[in-house]
Order: sequence, then structure tokens, then C-alpha cells
Amino acid sequence: MNLDFSPQELQFRDEVRAWITEAFDPGLKALMARTKNGYLDKEGQVRWQKKLFERGWAAPNWPEEYGGPGWTPAQRYLFQAETAAAGCPTVSPMGLKMVAPVIMKYGSPEQKARFLPPILRSDIWWCQGYSEPNSGSDLASLQMRAERGRDQDGEHYVLNGSKIWTTHAQWADWMFCLVRTSRDARRQDGISFVLVDMRTPGITVAPLPTLDGPVAGQQEVNQVFFENVRVPVENRIGEEGLGWTYAKYLLEFERGGSYGPMLRQQLTKVARIAANEPGEDGGRLLDDPGFRRKLAELHVRAAALEASELRLFSSVASGTSIGAASSMLKLAGTETIQAISELAVEAAGPYALPFVQDGWAEQQGRPAGPQIGPDYAAPLAPRYFNYRKASIYAGSNEIQRNIIAKLVLGL
Amino acid sequence: MDFQFSEEQSMLRDTLARYLADHYDFEARQAALRSPAGWRPACWKALAQELGLLGAAFPERFGGLGGGAIEHMIVMEQFGRHLVVEPYLSTVVLGGGALLHGSETLAANWLPAIIGGEATVAWAHGEPRSRYCLHDVATSATRGEGGWRLSGHKAVAVAAPWATHLVVSARTAGQRSDRAGISLFWIERNAPGVTLLEYPTVDGSRAADILLDNVFVPDSALLGAEGDALALIERLSDDAAVALCAEAGGAMSRMLADTVDYARQRKQFGVPIATFQVLQHRMADMYVQLEQTVALTQVAAMQAGADPAQRALAASAAKAQAGQAGKFVGQAAVQIHGGMGVTEELAVGHYFKRVTAIDLQFGSAEHHLRRYADLLYPAAA
Repeated sequence: MNLDFSPQELQFRDEVRAWITEAFDPGLKALMARTKNGYLDKEGQVRWQKKLFERGWAAPNWPEEYGGPGWTPAQRYLFQAETAAAGCPTVSPMGLKMVAPVIMKYGSPEQKARFLPPILRSDIWWCQGYSEPNSGSDLASLQMRAERGRDQDGEHYVLNGSKIWTTHAQWADWMFCLVRTSRDARRQDGISFVLVDMRTPGITVAPLPTLDGPVAGQQEVNQVFFENVRVPVENRIGEEGLGWTYAKYLLEFERGGSYGPMLRQQLTKVARIAANEPGEDGGRLLDDPGFRRKLAELHVRAAALEASELRLFSSVASGTSIGAASSMLKLAGTETIQAISELAVEAAGPYALPFVQDGWAEQQGRPAGPQIGPDYAAPLAPRYFNYRKASIYAGSNEIQRNIIAKLVLGL
Repeated sequence: MDFQFSEEQSMLRDTLARYLADHYDFEARQAALRSPAGWRPACWKALAQELGLLGAAFPERFGGLGGGAIEHMIVMEQFGRHLVVEPYLSTVVLGGGALLHGSETLAANWLPAIIGGEATVAWAHGEPRSRYCLHDVATSATRGEGGWRLSGHKAVAVAAPWATHLVVSARTAGQRSDRAGISLFWIERNAPGVTLLEYPTVDGSRAADILLDNVFVPDSALLGAEGDALALIERLSDDAAVALCAEAGGAMSRMLADTVDYARQRKQFGVPIATFQVLQHRMADMYVQLEQTVALTQVAAMQAGADPAQRALAASAAKAQAGQAGKFVGQAAVQIHGGMGVTEELAVGHYFKRVTAIDLQFGSAEHHLRRYADLLYPAAA
């Protein structure tokens, strides 16, 4: 039992640092400073991911046979820690982290050959078709119909219904989608997992602007409507009716990311804000005992999460998941990031109020004004509002507690 | 980076777990606490001699097995699961640690006796007004012929009534709150001028306030450099804090397991109370708090030999977490046990008392949060 890194691992860390200096360029840094939801715009996001791909680092968790870098758990941790400490963007998870492991485990050889290479290159953008307007936490109640049929082009499903909370559907080339292929079976057994080309006729994407006030076209989530959308049967993953199994497998990856290094970086930013803001007695806010206590408590929560992640991931091979323990990481990680975003607003004080979106002055027919307040202040309140999503997405935190109670504690 | 126990460490854990399951049931423990002695010296001897437990963390040149902080963690975690009161923390972690890092000669003389279960030690550092401040030492050591004369009052020295020796801090120079001028001494508990005011503690253990009245201590009893013991005291206090975190983890895991069992059996409204979601979620939160404590404790134990700032951050994070988690898990365990949870009859309340006591030893959660902030963000000049 030790936390030591080998000389090779330390050399690797230096390589990562050197690469970041070059790849995380001023343009990407400016985008990251302004982000309200952790993502860049599509162009910036793809530019970053292609840089990772060119270096061979786009998919740290993929097994080598599919193009993963073949890192040890320590290397994966160091990469996470270094990119997070430098404030680098994360990758859009839907392709690289969510659908890819499902294709690897349950996809056909043809599907692997067709989809995995362009996912690795970030040539195709994915979105997730899980939730429906009437199926949130009770995901297995989903209703989107997929009627099987045959025409001159072969066997296919016809999809009718709607998916909701679809992150970046407006940018997506493909959707992985849970559909109901049978109403006779136990409801979990009537679900299938299909891949839908977003250019197929009959798909409409409608934006759902979130509390952070996204500008047009940059919205984080959408509702997607399907009207007689034709999906070839060969786009189904695995067997018909076993989609629920694949869906749950995917969720372990969606929930099981590592939050620790990112939380630490966010706390460092809050401390920097507090060092710049005045406290009650004319000193620094950072020296205010009440504020320091809150900051320290969040640091401890972040450290605890990072320790749990190290402990769980250090014994896990590339391309596998940690099962129900991922619910604990999701729970603790999202509640801590929310608390950090809350403390950041508190730290910024009144200058967290101004909310001047790109193009606002123009729309109002006013001359563009100067920047108001400290440069860190503008995104903080939108981020706080936006991050309320964290305890809701990927299975609400109440659902995560249900999972722990059932699968870990056997209740 | 490796979070797996070695084969020897797994064996140590399993052997101890088996021994405690066979010899340390709750009723026997309660009977021992009520006895005049308040502990079981025979049990201590068995841990030393039958299991070879007390040497696991010491170098082989003193008759140990070459382990360290990980072994302390393994032992204390098992002690926590069984509410063991015998003085591993004060004797092995603190007393043994002080000898090991403080004086090669004293270590050679006394570590074998500790490992053999003959010598037991109490840590006599805190004072009535020092609270958790490690450099607040009023006890004085005045230079005399061939040694020092110690006078002062040491507060709440846990396990002191069972100790053959004391590790006592005293000021050989400077003012009460100076960081410099503190020395550490190895003293026989029965030395002339040493008076113990013995009492039971809330968690069923025994402790004493110790009055030192002109106690003669020879030069050879010095642990560490004269006037320069604070670094050693800080190190040992961090080691003790991490060991207590491991004990808290063991106690919490028992409380969670007992609570889950109880909730499955206890029926109200015609169904097991385990079916109520509000209780399921509370138990899920108990699990998360426990896991976070275990993970931080492991990381802190692995950092025991790191540079002092890093070691201190890891120890304070773990102790802050263990203190808060202990309250959360302990209170929830009692609550879910209902009225039975507040009775002496069930073990759960006694585990709750123990985690409450742990938060009051070697720095509360509040103390360690404050220390963590001070280490990470030194106040502006």
C-alpha cells in the first residue's frame, strides 16, 4: 500500500504538463474562462478533442485494442489531475465515455468498426436519448415506440415519441436511444438500444434554455421529437429487448467519472476570488474565519472524494466499470461541485449580479459598454444555477441513494 | 500507487479479526469495563505474545515485523469494530513512536518490552488550558544535577491508569505558547512526585489527570532533542489522529451493519422499517460517510512518512472527516434503532459513545478544519 509514483510515471506527468502548455492555447483558455456549464462551444470542444486524439490521449479509459493509450491506473490519475489542475476542458462524454464502452461490450464487429474509430477521432458528435417527458427517475417506464417493419431497403424500426434533456442534440450526428420494442414483456424487457442518425427525416430538435441563460444555439439541453423516424435494424446494439441491461451498463460509466481533481481546481479558483475580495473587517475575505471554515470543509470533501476515486479506480482495468460504487462517487461529486459553485457566488458578492450576455447591447440598440466588475465574476451565478443539474442528471441523487440501499446495503 | 494490502497485512487483519471475534464479545467487554481494573491485561498479553500484534509496526532490529502506519491502521480498524479499550494507541502508536523516533537508546531498552506486552504507555501532553494546541505547554522542566525536575498538570491522559510509563512533555525553555523550548521525557508511572487522578471516561475507558510535583527525570530520559520536541509531537499527534480515524472507520462499519440488520428485522406498520425510503436514504448516506472516511484514512496512513506539511494536510483532512462522519453515522444509527438505540443493552449506543470520544481526542473536526485552512491558505501578513 503506497501512493508513490514510479520514475516512469513521474516522467509521464512531465510529458502531460509539457503537452498541456502547448495544446491548451489562449483561444481555448478564453473559452474555458467564460463557460457557464463546463463545456466549450462545439468548435472549441472538437478542436480540443482532436488535439487529444493526435497525441493518442483522447480515450484514457479505452482498452488498447480499440485505440486506448494502455495507461496504468496511476497514469490515468496523473492525466486527470494535471489536466484538471491546468483548468483544461473535459471531453464531451456522450461518445468517448458513454456509448463507446457499450459498443465495445455489446456491439457487433461491424458496429465496432463503423463507430469506434470516428468516436476516437471526435469526427462524430453523440447525444443521449434516455429520458422522456414522462420518464425521468423511472426510466424503465419509457414509452418511445419502435415498430418493426420491412421494406425494399430491409428491416427497420419506426420511431415515434420524444426524448428530453438531450445534451447538445443540436450539434449531434448520432443519438444512442432507448426505445420500446415490446409492450408484452416485463417493462424492462421491452426496451432496446438503438443508434439513430440525427439526419434521418422526422427528427426535430427544440431548445430548452436552462437557468444560466444560454445564447441562441449554445443551449445545453433540448427536447427531441421523433415522427416516423426510420432506423435500420442493424443499428440496434445487441439483442432486441435487452436494451435495459446495456443502458444500465452505460450509466455506470456516466456516473463513474472522476470528480476529485476538478473539484480541487474549482476550490483553488474560489480561494483566488476570496483573496481578491474584501472581508467584513477590511481584510481579505480569504482571512474571514467563517469563510475559511466553509472553504476547508469543501476541500476535505473534495479530498475524500479523490481518495475514494483513487481507491476504487486503482484496482480497475481499462474499459471496465466499478459497478454500484459509482453511485457513491456521483452522489458525493455532484453535491460537492454544487456546494463549490454556491461558495463561489458568495465569494464574489454583489458583482455576481451583472448578467450581460454576448450581443445584449446590440439587441438593445446601445453602444457596447465596458466590462463590469472583476473578470471572474460574470459566469459564477449562471454556473451556480446551471450546476443544480448535477444532482438531477444521470439518475437523480435520490435514485443513487436507492441504488446504494438496494445494491450495496441489500435493503 | 497501490491501495492493496500486502499478503502479510491481510494476514494480520484476518488473524486479529478472528481473535477478537472469539475473545472480545460485547458482554465480556462490558464486564471488564465494570471490573476494578477496567481492562483485561491478559487479553493485552495475548495480543502481544500469541498474535505478535504489538510488534507489527516496528523495525526488525527491535524485534518488530517491519511495518508502520498501515499496520497501525489495520489494528485500530479492528479495535474499532470490537470496541477494544486496550491501549494500542497510547502504548504502541504514541509510546512506541516516541521511543522509535526520539531515542535509539531508550528504544533499544524499552521497545522490546512494549512489543512483549510488558510495558504500557500513556501520552501525557495535553494540559487543562491547552485544548488542541500542541505548543501550549506550561509544565516546566528545570535543569538540575544529572537531569531535570518536572512540575505541572497533564490533562485527560487516556489509559494512564493502566500504564507502566508516561511520555511527558515539558518546557525546558521559553514561554507557555512558544513553539521552541518544548522537550519530551520517558518517565516511569510510579516515579516519586507523580500523582494520578484516575477516572472513567464517557466511552467506558479509563484516564487520569496527572500531577507532576518536582519529579526527577535523568538526562537519559530525553526523547528527541532538548527544547526541540514540537516536530516530534506534531508527527506523533498526526499518527495518533490517523490511527483514531481507522478506529472510527471500524466503529462506523459496525454501526452501519447493525443498523441495516436491525432495520430488516424491525417491523412497524406491518412491514420491515428497512422498506421505508427515508430510512434507506439515511443508511445510504451513512455508507457514503463511512467510505469517505476509510478512503481518507488510507491516504493519510500512506502519507505518514511524507514531508510534514503534506502529512499534516492528509491527517487533518482524515480527522475532520472522521469526526463529522462519526457524529452523522452514530446519531443516525441510534435514531434508526429507535428507543433501543438509547439503551445500555445494545452495542450500538456504545459505538456511538466511542466515535463521540474519538472526535474529542487529538483534535476535533472543527480544530482540523481550521488547521487545514491554515496549512493551505496562510493568513495574509
